[in-house]
Amino acid sequence: MSERLDVRKTYKLLINGAFPRSESGRSYEVTSLKGAFLANVAQGSRKDVRDAVVAARGAQLKWWSQSAYNRGQVIYRLAEMAESRREELAEHVALAEGRSAKGAQTRVSRAIDRIVWYAGWTDKIAQVLGSSNPVAGPFFNFSIPVPSGVVGVLAEQDSSLEAFVNAVFAPLAVGNTVVVIASERRPTPSILLGEMTATADFPPGALNIITGYTGELAPTLAAHEDVDGLDLGGADDEFADQLATSAAGSIKRVLRAKKSDATSLRRLRAFVETSTVWHTIGQ
Amino acid sequence: MESESQLRAFLASLSGVDAVGAEARAAKLATRSLKKSTKLTALDLAISMVDLTTLEGADTPGRVTSLCVKAMYPDPHDASVPSAAAVCIYPDLVARARTVLGESRVKVASVATAFPSGRAMLNVKLLDVREAVAAGADEIDMVIDRGAFLSGRVGQVFEEIVAVKKVCGSSHLKVILETGELATYDNVRRASWIAMLAGADFIKTSTGKVTVSSTLPAALVMLEAVRDFAETTGQLVGVKVAGGIRNAKDALRYLVLVNETVGAAWLTPDRFRFGASSLLNDLLMQRLKQRRGAYVRPDEFSGD
Repeated sequence: MSERLDVRKTYKLLINGAFPRSESGRSYEVTSLKGAFLANVAQGSRKDVRDAVVAARGAQLKWWSQSAYNRGQVIYRLAEMAESRREELAEHVALAEGRSAKGAQTRVSRAIDRIVWYAGWTDKIAQVLGSSNPVAGPFFNFSIPVPSGVVGVLAEQDSSLEAFVNAVFAPLAVGNTVVVIASERRPTPSILLGEMTATADFPPGALNIITGYTGELAPTLAAHEDVDGLDLGGADDEFADQLATSAAGSIKRVLRAKKSDATSLRRLRAFVETSTVWHTIGQ
Repeated sequence: MESESQLRAFLASLSGVDAVGAEARAAKLATRSLKKSTKLTALDLAISMVDLTTLEGADTPGRVTSLCVKAMYPDPHDASVPSAAAVCIYPDLVARARTVLGESRVKVASVATAFPSGRAMLNVKLLDVREAVAAGADEIDMVIDRGAFLSGRVGQVFEEIVAVKKVCGSSHLKVILETGELATYDNVRRASWIAMLAGADFIKTSTGKVTVSSTLPAALVMLEAVRDFAETTGQLVGVKVAGGIRNAKDALRYLVLVNETVGAAWLTPDRFRFGASSLLNDLLMQRLKQRRGAYVRPDEFSGD
């Protein structure tokens, strides 16, 4: 019997629920930490970023107008999908971050647990960040958190899965849609996770993943006027300053997270606005 | 054309369209990319070619008023943006548009002849046109009788256009072929010739009311007919593409097609038009993007 041919995988972008190659047709080589060839990954262009923002804008109202409970279920379902493909995720994390199999397993477990954690927050965030305000009159007065809209995320460069999950699912949980530029050198675990969203009932465009050179793509995302928030996790200090300045041109919320934010509410708070409504009491 | 048999013989003498070739050529030209200053020039040109259109049952005088203002000042923050070519509306709203537009360069175009189906008696169609012209329409967009064309009564189609042209007086006549209903490119070529021979100032692809609207290959076939007509008669007939053109990229593709098929003489609002509504905002967005260097919020511009 002849030897079976390899079935090689093409790593693509995630835009509007589809998996296109980059509009530019480019790709780049990703290696393991030790320098061994890992994959050819699509090298996204500025136009891919633009298309992703259009998709995210189109999906935002749909995602937000689902009930908070339903959004939680969708995010939880992603955790289910990730759980059944955890070996594959762990393998990629091990190669990308140069970890032992056991170390990678731990990280994948933490990432999946974190997805579940954010799934739980979707219908609880309003109780924590919202309030019922005392007013001098026959009215109820509520303040409730509403999403900023479209959030651009530069995923952290070193942590290939855990930091990605934190940066992406916090804004998603509170009803934003996300365009994320994956870690430049370690993108494969996040691409895998992106593929799983296809079977988790996310509306197309809720999560868009662009792989490529952060230095090339981030300025476009930061300056894009139809993006409402920007997480600068994947940029070094000097670059982040520059991006924050250009984000100010369209008055974006900018998050420069600290490590301790991973388990705090700060990420969930980062991309919400407070909306206050008045309602008459009684008839 | 003196008689229907002459017309029939002439149409039979037209060569058939190479459908595969036309589609391949249109697809090939669609890959051309305009950059930097060329793109800016093309965007401005496209804005000046837009017939800003509203053809809904729910149109109100208020909506037409805001459409007219938008046509005159597409971007109120920037006086360097050219005005649109025309507003395109139903005949009963022409008077309102005329009042709002006043002495502005923006023309009033009215659809007529029982738009969009064209299924009415000839005298009703003619009255439709007469009323629109009397109310102040500078341009009339008529539909051909596709039923007559498809059942071979080409003489009737021809005579109807001639009759409408007569009623139009000094108003320009655009003849809508509704290419999506003509089934073949050969028919598109024949219908283009009938319209031009009957005196059309413009030939127009579609009403925008059927599933298949303007396509690049159909526009290519029409442009070729226009080119051939200019070569044989010396008369330059305009082309209007309408329906389904929503973004700047599509619009620029049409401009490339025009330039490569009939030449730069047609790159003016007098000879080429886009019938569209949401296209204008996308053109403005792309224009601002070129200037600012950053992608723009869609709600920067008024909706319609």
